[in-house]
Amino acid sequence: MKVVLENLTKKFPGRGKTSPGVTAVDNVSFEIPDGKLVGLLGPSGCGKSTTLNMICGLEAPTDGKIFFGEDEVTKLSPELRGVGMVFQNYALYPHLTVEENIRFPLENLKKEKKLSKAQMKEKVLEVARLVQTEELLDRKPAELSGGQQQRVAIARALVKMPKVLLLDEPLSNLDARLRIQTREEIRRIQRETGITTVFVTHDQEEALSISDMIVVLNNGAVQQMAEPQMVYDAPANLFVAKFLGTPQINMFEGRVAEGKLYIGDEAVMAADGAKDGDVLVGVRPEGFVLDENGGLAVELNSVEVLGRDISIVAKHKAFVGSSLRVIVDSENLSMIGNGQVRFRLKPAKVYLFDKTTEERIRL
Amino acid sequence: MKKNNWKGWLYLLPAILFLGVFMVYPLVDVFIYSFEEGYNSSSQTFWGTGWYNYLYVLHDPYFIQALKNTFILVLITVPLSTLLALLISLGLSSIKKLRNMFQTIYFLPYVTNTLAVGLVFMILFQTTEYTDGMFNFVLSLFGIAPIDFIEGPYWAKMFVLCFYTVWVVLPFKILILTSALASVNKNYYNAALVDGTRPFRVFRKITLPMISPTVFYLIITGFIGAFKAYSDAVALFGTNLNVAEMNTIVGYIYDMLYGDGGGYPSYASAAAIILFVIVLTITCINLLISKKHVHY
Repeated sequence: MKVVLENLTKKFPGRGKTSPGVTAVDNVSFEIPDGKLVGLLGPSGCGKSTTLNMICGLEAPTDGKIFFGEDEVTKLSPELRGVGMVFQNYALYPHLTVEENIRFPLENLKKEKKLSKAQMKEKVLEVARLVQTEELLDRKPAELSGGQQQRVAIARALVKMPKVLLLDEPLSNLDARLRIQTREEIRRIQRETGITTVFVTHDQEEALSISDMIVVLNNGAVQQMAEPQMVYDAPANLFVAKFLGTPQINMFEGRVAEGKLYIGDEAVMAADGAKDGDVLVGVRPEGFVLDENGGLAVELNSVEVLGRDISIVAKHKAFVGSSLRVIVDSENLSMIGNGQVRFRLKPAKVYLFDKTTEERIRL
Repeated sequence: MKKNNWKGWLYLLPAILFLGVFMVYPLVDVFIYSFEEGYNSSSQTFWGTGWYNYLYVLHDPYFIQALKNTFILVLITVPLSTLLALLISLGLSSIKKLRNMFQTIYFLPYVTNTLAVGLVFMILFQTTEYTDGMFNFVLSLFGIAPIDFIEGPYWAKMFVLCFYTVWVVLPFKILILTSALASVNKNYYNAALVDGTRPFRVFRKITLPMISPTVFYLIITGFIGAFKAYSDAVALFGTNLNVAEMNTIVGYIYDMLYGDGGGYPSYASAAAIILFVIVLTITCINLLISKKHVHY
């Protein structure tokens, strides 16, 4: 089931008459293709959870429309939308066993949809098998590990075979190892069921690793929607470029003149197609190549050996931010002396941004 | 046992001393008194030991009356007050406007002076030369003849006592239950909403189990408190409760110690032990039941 958001806006009223209130989601429109796994990515407070809650129906939008397929569901209550939701803290009922928890949504079905006990049992087993928790059915949630609770929560959300599965920060309560395991698990379950899935995360690695599509949000507005690699390789604006990638992208004050890009006084690469004038230049840490004749000269601060790579911390007078970080292959270690190092830039890893609009200037 | 264990005991000493002198010793003493036959408090002598005190108390019509009153009071007020408190707290937690105002109103009886409360109940129920009381006035609107609630028939007096008791214990229960309801994580309700759970089922399958520890706490303390009822009856019917047929077990114990025919610490002790056994039994039954129904 494809999900379409049209000019979705959510305003929360302020407290008292004087406070203006908050616009959590501001005119958001995007389309989630059928059967895809989509990550809503953004810093905390960017409106991603509010967006998810509106898709779910837990929160009513102030303005805008939501479609599931061709049907508008904006005003439908959650149970009529056919969504399954996995909450951040799982919200498993602590007094019920795993089996009772998973069965709970089925017991709510009314009239012609009503299932017999045997049918329920079969459905519960089927979904438990899917999330690999069939041996835990008799346990209470408190007796499960975080990862197992997560899987039970997914099973409960899936048991009614929803048209859309929603996950709110699904991995944030898990430790680092379980996180990697569980995200692959989510990916696998999504693939097997083919249910359109939307999940919310503030963790870029999480979003990049399992999503088919990423929607980057900030201040309640969509910054970019694209495939994971595209979001990283072709950021739409300064925010996206800065938000994705660890170590963070390096920002320089730059200038375009006569088809050349200048950082400081030196021309570092060609910049055909850009208008002359001041720009912000972003260079990914891996976008530097050691080259004695390279255009960019930096003052060396320290060199950190990471095994496969080396991380160079350096200074440059046009650099904006706290530390300029360059990652190069460790084979280059011998080429790094003291004092000044010169780099050539990989054009694909260099992005120009307008200084005022912070939009990307395409070359 | 580790060394330095005496240090722990040293820290416990003040509490142990106080509890020992003021709690354990009197308890043991009461137990001993209850078996001393013909105890004379002025000469501090007795002529034998045995079950006579218990037999006397259990055959005393005043005690039987008190026992009956106490049981009726407990069986009516504990379930009724808990249920009412639950309904009111559910109502309170589902409204937004004026919630604080209602919460304050419901809590007022808890902080109101007993004398003022007594006065209110006088106005409600007392029959005087000038009026039959507010309650009778309301009844008269439905064409019901006035009833003397303070000195009239037994059931009328019992009704007033139960009414009063429920009214007095309600605020505390509402307070505890509203905070229990507020502490249920909102996500459970959201999850239930997404699953399309009907409101009554949400209450029965989610809310009630989640607050069940609190409910059972209230039931157990409610039972214990109601078994120890005394002051409420005095506030309504005066100190001569035996004549009013409204005595309670604790009232009987008090009368045996200090009442008109007082000076019988042995009978009082025996009655106190009987009360203790009753409360213990009921509490054990409660705990056994709660194990089956309280989650966590």
